[in-house]
Formats: sequence, structure tokens, C-alpha cells
Amino acid sequence: MNGHLGKTGRIAFRNARLIDPASGLDAKGGLLVENGKIADIGPRLFNDADKNDPEIIDCRGLILAPGLIDCRVFTGEPGSEHRESLQSASEAAAAGGVTTIVTMPNTDPVIDEPSLVDFIKRRAAATAKVRVAPMAALTHRLAGETMTEIGLLMEAGAVAFTDGDRTVANARVMRRALSYAATFGALVVGHAEDPDLSDGTAMTEGEFATRLGLPAAPALAEAIIVERDIRLVELTGARYHFGQISTRAALESIASAKARGLPITCGVAAHHLMLNELDVGSYYTFRKVKPPLRSEADRAAMVEGVANGVIDVIVSSHEPQGADTKRQPFAAAAFGSVGLETLLPAALSLHHDGDVSISHILKALTSAPARIMGLNAGTLARGAQADLVLLDAGEPFVLDERELHSRAHNTAFEGRKFQGRAQMTFVGGTCVFAR
Amino acid sequence: MTSATLEPILKSSHLLGIEGLCASEVTALLDLAETYVALNRGGEKKTALLKGRTLINLFFEASTRTQSSFELAGKRMGADVLNMSVKTSSVSKGETLIDTASTLNAMRPDILVVRHHDSGAAELLSRKLDCSVVNAGDGSHEHPTQALLDALTIRRRLGGFENLTVAICGDILHSRVARSNIRLLSLMGARVRLVAPATLLPCDAARFGVEIFTDMKAGLAGVDIVMMLRLQLERMTGAFVPSSREYFRFYGLDREKLGYARPSALVMHPGPMNRGVEIASDIADDLDVSLISEQVEMGVAIRMAVLDALARGMA
Repeated sequence: MNGHLGKTGRIAFRNARLIDPASGLDAKGGLLVENGKIADIGPRLFNDADKNDPEIIDCRGLILAPGLIDCRVFTGEPGSEHRESLQSASEAAAAGGVTTIVTMPNTDPVIDEPSLVDFIKRRAAATAKVRVAPMAALTHRLAGETMTEIGLLMEAGAVAFTDGDRTVANARVMRRALSYAATFGALVVGHAEDPDLSDGTAMTEGEFATRLGLPAAPALAEAIIVERDIRLVELTGARYHFGQISTRAALESIASAKARGLPITCGVAAHHLMLNELDVGSYYTFRKVKPPLRSEADRAAMVEGVANGVIDVIVSSHEPQGADTKRQPFAAAAFGSVGLETLLPAALSLHHDGDVSISHILKALTSAPARIMGLNAGTLARGAQADLVLLDAGEPFVLDERELHSRAHNTAFEGRKFQGRAQMTFVGGTCVFAR
Repeated sequence: MTSATLEPILKSSHLLGIEGLCASEVTALLDLAETYVALNRGGEKKTALLKGRTLINLFFEASTRTQSSFELAGKRMGADVLNMSVKTSSVSKGETLIDTASTLNAMRPDILVVRHHDSGAAELLSRKLDCSVVNAGDGSHEHPTQALLDALTIRRRLGGFENLTVAICGDILHSRVARSNIRLLSLMGARVRLVAPATLLPCDAARFGVEIFTDMKAGLAGVDIVMMLRLQLERMTGAFVPSSREYFRFYGLDREKLGYARPSALVMHPGPMNRGVEIASDIADDLDVSLISEQVEMGVAIRMAVLDALARGMA
């Protein structure tokens, strides 16, 4: 179906439901791609076109939206390519309708040097099917002690600064890093888990963890850091994004910080929208994630947060692990679930449950992350790069981990019934995936 | 003739900071210093105004230029000068600052010049000693003779302070030189800007009545004087700024950044310099723009003027 696409530099989409959250558009129509850019978009575009024209894709009423931006993707490159390379992550992304992955610096070596940002960009350009926007470390070697060269790293192309799934424990270090980041207008992406409370634990504290006999951390380990960092943002004026939150307490703190006008945003992982602590079931290590799956009340609060807009973005928190790290007793197993290919289906479940509209869900996956990360993407505007996803929001399927494109198959959603996924994905007008 | 018979210049018997001085006192000190510039450029550099007086240089922090500048000033004024540094004093054996002060007081000096790593140390000594105290730098608080010598340098080059814009750049947070200069330049009518990354700006710095910039390009735009500050090595390794190479890239004074200032802009530095960290070598060595060696020369003259002024108040 797609072998010829992009060769002429021209693709005409007809009969689509166009959803562009950036402009609020949700209407039937067509879209023209020329030379990798969106050349035209409109309600009657290509209505009368010849269906057999090789340059025309009949969308049959499916949704055509900006390609998704996933703000939280761990890969294994450099250092753990056996789990995931930039290339294999990009295959998974394309299959999931994700056209930009924002990568975490938690690699070996850590991305804390301008030359390493340059390495990621070059490797991505040479091997990846989708766009790669690298984040750099906030502190040297993620050790939480000394800040990185934020100015030089920005010049090298780092889109934001984060210690990934580590919280900077020392408030003085965090204060200075935020202050310094503010000097450059840099975005800091924080992880909120008080390390003293959570180190060495595997679950969220509660009856279920007690029954399983697993070491657990109180859910407020998240809110403590959220509160601390909100205060530090108030002091320093830094732009701050909580990469993912998972508790109602954190949500309420962020809602009030936003109401005070602070430059704070936040994300939630798809698995925290769909799963709760009980899904750990019988020590199911693929559902050991960081922060841990929470109570049902907290899960419901996350859905509410997406619906009311306090939560800005939905992320996969894609974290590939191998049998070596996951086939372990629960407490010893590594954290993380792959998620690039389930991000869209999991997010669409909020629509099918009647909680959130499709265009609002897509906003949290396209224009909102683009705005926060400062990316030139996530829109169907004329002149924008033609990063597109054609999605069928109604198609039912059961997730089979063997069909995942990711090199690692540690999905928290194995066997899960979903409705809706990407049918075709385009990056810069080139088809990178077709089902 | 002794100093005591001359017209008084300072209201106080100490020089603890620029804070507390009025514009006429500063002007009088600068005028007096001009006479010592002339004297120092002559063959016979000595006066007898402080003949018989004892000056003690008490330095708890290592210093080459300030200590030798005060020593030379004292000697040229005819005083007996004693240098005490912390390594050779009993402070290193556990004596408190007050005990040291009492001991020194018993030796009946006339002027004590003190440098100490703690803010407020000079003030404390001035309350415990019978002699005049000159603050040669206390912690991050004040370094009044540096600000005075900077002012003398500026006034000799540009004629005055009205309508001048001075950018003070770098580690403002820890700098006593910056605090004294902000006070003095503002007092004399110059506009002062502070340029630094947010981590090196003190809290509420804008309350000094200065303009704050974190971007060097905006901060230097149109300024007459660029005053660079030294960045201590231990502050370049991640605590306040990530590295010296990043610091130089964004806050080091090179030709490109100097190009944002007025074409006639002049560059100052209190020394000692970190070449390639806060200032490029070619600027530091460019005699058309750099006032750095002139500052050192003015330092001796200013300190002679200060000693003269203090001696005028002595019985």
C-alpha cells in the first residue's frame, strides 16, 4: 500500500477526520503533503479526487492527526543496545503512531556532555525512523551533586534537563540547578519520589503490599518532592515539568501551583491511567514500574487530572528491560515497562470509558508536549513538518507481546484488550509504518 | 607638620565600608589621592605625615596585592609597618579574634588594616580596639579601598560618574568588591548593572537600585565600563556554575561580548585574573581597553590617602 509513498514528495489524504488539537480543528476533510511539509488542509480538499491516483490515500473516515510525541522514552543506546537501540525504539514508536521520542539521559555513559548529545543526534539521524529529541542530565552522572553544562548542552541540542527516574535528593543542589536552568530558560524535568522513603522498595505502601510481603514506600513520597520542587520553582523561576505523577496528592499540589501561575507542567504514564496496585497480581514483574502502580483512588485521580487538564501530557515511560533484569523475584526485578506501542491504545481507553474526548487525549499526546518541550511538531498547520498518524480509534485488538516491534517485550499490558491504534505513521511526509 | 593639623576628611575614625560614607567624603578622598598619584610618580616618594605612627597589616586571608599595597602606602607615608599573617599568628593556635585584638591593642598601634574571611570581622575589631581600623576585605561584605581605587581609576579616565553606566559581571554573590562598588558608584551617580548567572546573583540584589541581567549581551549593551570579577576555582565545578569552559562561553569577557558595550568601553578587574575563565587574555593585555594595571597603581595612592585621612583625626 505504501511502497510508492513519499517518492514523488507528494501525498494527498482524502476523506479523513482531521483532528489538530493545536488549532482546535476536528472536522472531515483532506490534507496535502508536499516535500515533507503540510502544504494544505481543508474540509473539501480532494473530495473529488480520483481514488485510484497513486498519490492519494483514502482515509475512509479514520482520524488523521499530528504524529504523537512521547516525552519519556528510555532507550539502551549507548550502553545497553541489547535491550533497545535508538533504531529499535524508533521502530516501536512508528508502530505506535509516535513520530517524536524525547529520550532520557539514563544511558551508559550518561548523556551529561555536549559531545554525547551530539552522538545521540547523529545516531538518531543515521538509524532512527522517527525524530529523536534528546534530554540531557541535570546533574553530572545523575549523581545529584553537581549541575551539568546546561548552556553548552542546550547549544548541542538538548531539549530539557532531567535525572530521569532519579530525584535530586539534595534541595540545595536542586535549588542551584533550577536557578542556573532559569538563567538559560531551560526546561527541567523532575522525578518525584523521595529517595530516602523509596529506595529499596518495590511497591506502593498499603494492604496489598502488606499481603504480598513486599517492601513498600508510602505514596506521599511523591507529594513531598512535588511540594519541595514547586517551592523551589517559586524561588528560582525555572520552567519545570514533572515527568510523571501518579498520586492525587501530587495532582492537587500541582493544580494549586498552576493556579498560582507558576511555570509548572506535568505528565502521567499510560500505565498509571489503566492499572492499579492490584494488577501486580501474583508478583508480575512486568508491572513493576517507577513510581509504582498506585491505589485505585490514585489511578482514578490521574484520569480526572487528564480530563480537567491539570495533567498536560500522557507518556509511555517506555523502559525496555530484558529477561536478565525482569525474570527475578519481584523485589529484585528491575523497574519499567515498554510502552511506545501501547501509548495511544491506552490513552484512547479514556475516550472509550467516556472520561475524555479524543481531541483532548490527542492534545496531551501532540500539541501539549510540543509546547512544553519547545518542539517544532505536534500540529497540522500549513507549513509544519508532515509528521502524521492515521488512526482507527475503534479497532479492537488484544495485545500480544510477540508482535511488539521493540527489542524488549516487557509490557505491562500483555493480553490486555484495547480499542484503537495507529494504522499508518508518517515522519516528514515519509511513511514509516503501515499496518 | 603632621596630618592631625590638616583639614579633616572623614567623619569616622575607621574605614569599614563604603556604606556610611557620603559623596563629599569620597570626593575628598579621591582628590587627596590625586596628590599621591603625583607623588608616587616622582623620584622622592616619601612623606613624613605618619612619622612615628604604627600600622599593623593583619591578614587572615592570603593576599599579595592588597597587603603589599597597604604596606607600601604605609611606608611611603612614613609609618612603621608590621605585617601579620594568619599562618604566623597565634590565631592558628586557636586564639579567638577578640583575643588577638586585645593582644594587638596592647601594642598600641595607630592603624590596623585587617582582612578576614568572615563578614563583619573589621567592624567587630573596630569596637574592641582603640586604634583606627581599615577594612581590607571582610568576607562577602565590603572592600572599600578597592572600590575607591576603582573610582579613582574611572574618574581619571572619564572625568566623573554622572551618566556613566557600569556593568559588574561575574560572581556577585560572593564578592565584597561588587558590594563596595555598587554602593560607591551608585552614591556618585553612576548607573550600575549586575550581570551574572542566577546562581551567582545575591537574593534581592535589585534592592540596591541596580539593574539585573543574566544575559551578558543584554547586560553589556551600551555600557561605559565593564568590571569583571574573579571566579574562585572551587565555584566552577558544579556548585554554582557547571564548568569553567561553560562559564567562559557565556560569561567570560571576550571580543565578541565586549563588542556589545560602547565602542569606547573600558575593562576593569580587581585581580588576580583567571585568564580564559572570566576574561580573555587578549582583552586583559590590551592597553587600549584594559585599566587593570592602572587600578593597581591607583591602589597605592588611594591607600596613602586613606591613611592620611585617618591620621588627620588622631590626637
